[in-house]
Amino acid sequence: MNIAAPVISDSFARRAARVAEVAARHAAAVDAEGRFPREAVAAMKAERLLGIQVPVSEGGEGATFADIAELCSVISQSCASSSMIFAMHHIKLSSLVEHGFESPWHQAFMRRVAAEQLLLGSATTEGGIGGNLRNSICAIEIENGRCRLEKDATVISYGAEADAILITSRAHKDAAPSDQVMTVFLKDQYSLERTHVWDTLGMRGTCSDGFLFKGEAPAEQVFPKPFAEIAAQSMLAASHLLWSGVWYGIAADAVARSQAFVRAAARKSPGQTPPGALRLAEISAKLQLVKSNVVAGLKTYQEARHDEEKLSSMAFAVAMNNIKICSSEMILEIINGAMLICGIMGYKNGTPFSIGRHLRDAHSAQLMISNDRIYTNTSSMLLVHKQDTSLLG
Amino acid sequence: MNAKIRELLGKLANLPVAVDTLSNEADLYTAGLSSFASVQLMLGIEDAFEIEFPDHLLNRKSFQSIAAIEATVAQILASSEAA
Repeated sequence: MNIAAPVISDSFARRAARVAEVAARHAAAVDAEGRFPREAVAAMKAERLLGIQVPVSEGGEGATFADIAELCSVISQSCASSSMIFAMHHIKLSSLVEHGFESPWHQAFMRRVAAEQLLLGSATTEGGIGGNLRNSICAIEIENGRCRLEKDATVISYGAEADAILITSRAHKDAAPSDQVMTVFLKDQYSLERTHVWDTLGMRGTCSDGFLFKGEAPAEQVFPKPFAEIAAQSMLAASHLLWSGVWYGIAADAVARSQAFVRAAARKSPGQTPPGALRLAEISAKLQLVKSNVVAGLKTYQEARHDEEKLSSMAFAVAMNNIKICSSEMILEIINGAMLICGIMGYKNGTPFSIGRHLRDAHSAQLMISNDRIYTNTSSMLLVHKQDTSLLG
Repeated sequence: MNAKIRELLGKLANLPVAVDTLSNEADLYTAGLSSFASVQLMLGIEDAFEIEFPDHLLNRKSFQSIAAIEATVAQILASSEAA
């Protein structure tokens, strides 16, 4: 019997469902207290989901972005903060998997991530760069086989909880702001001094505090590939696709709650269509749009994955930007519609129809890499790139 | 062509270094070419050489260095002559 492939994907789904169950139990407390979802992350480690993207040859399970986006969606339907942490970890891991084979240190580290279920954090934001992660002010110093870096990182999501941090900087002290490298620092190779506290409207469990980062490590931990290429070829696509998986999950759960509300109303008054039913049909159509958009993006990435030229083309960058814009804007309309359907029961916390946390979490989507910045970037590319007008192309 | 490309680079690319300090092979991104400036440069080149960049040449590699830009432009000019 040849059932190997379905068993593997089914097992991802089952493992994610168990994580989602744990995440759901603690989601309200994580949100109210703005604390790290330690139970859900422990469950991810116990289910060995932090290493699934690593190729089988390096001790992982070779999960694709599509597999991971699906798991993001499943976990997000319980707790968006937990899911966002899972997504951000896998975005960092994608840099290792896609670009780490060029250096023995990074390849060995990839194996460690899978074996020890290490949680990877990211420090790309810096005070003074105006939110453009493709610029750095800080510069890494490399001397006698050691590298040293100090960075005013205004946001490091779950920085205090990460087992390693992948951090960007200028390549050397005379480098242009856009001439960047990325370096892996392990937890015992850096210190973090908290400078900002993450007290936010939503996504409160990601604990994206600001820190003064000071690290020292062997110089071989610097990625050999320039960060500009890592960003263009894997990181931006991974971010937009996996975040979209998270956002889809938030919207899907809001729709499910509002549907339960409408169905309960319909059962109470047989023969009458409840007032929210029409709006439910409307947000169901919009949810399908988000889903189709994310699925098409995952397919585009999968097809371009091994073609460096395609990955660094404008057509690809425009497509990924558009996916991020569509899913981050559309989920707000969907969740707002769900709130209108559920009314005061949706507005109140602690009911089976509460939508408040969904709406607050979803508001982060337009801001993490500001949509205005993405529109500006796309609009500049559209001055030379000609949109593909075919339906299936 | 090289001189024209260098002139456009100086005018449009907003590099932190002087264009005549760059060799033909120097990496323009390392020299500080931003994605916005690279689009301005593409528009300037399209106008100056009366060409249009086809989508498959709109990638980092085509604009990595002065030599790469020259090769890209030459390739487009050659194919438009052949057509």
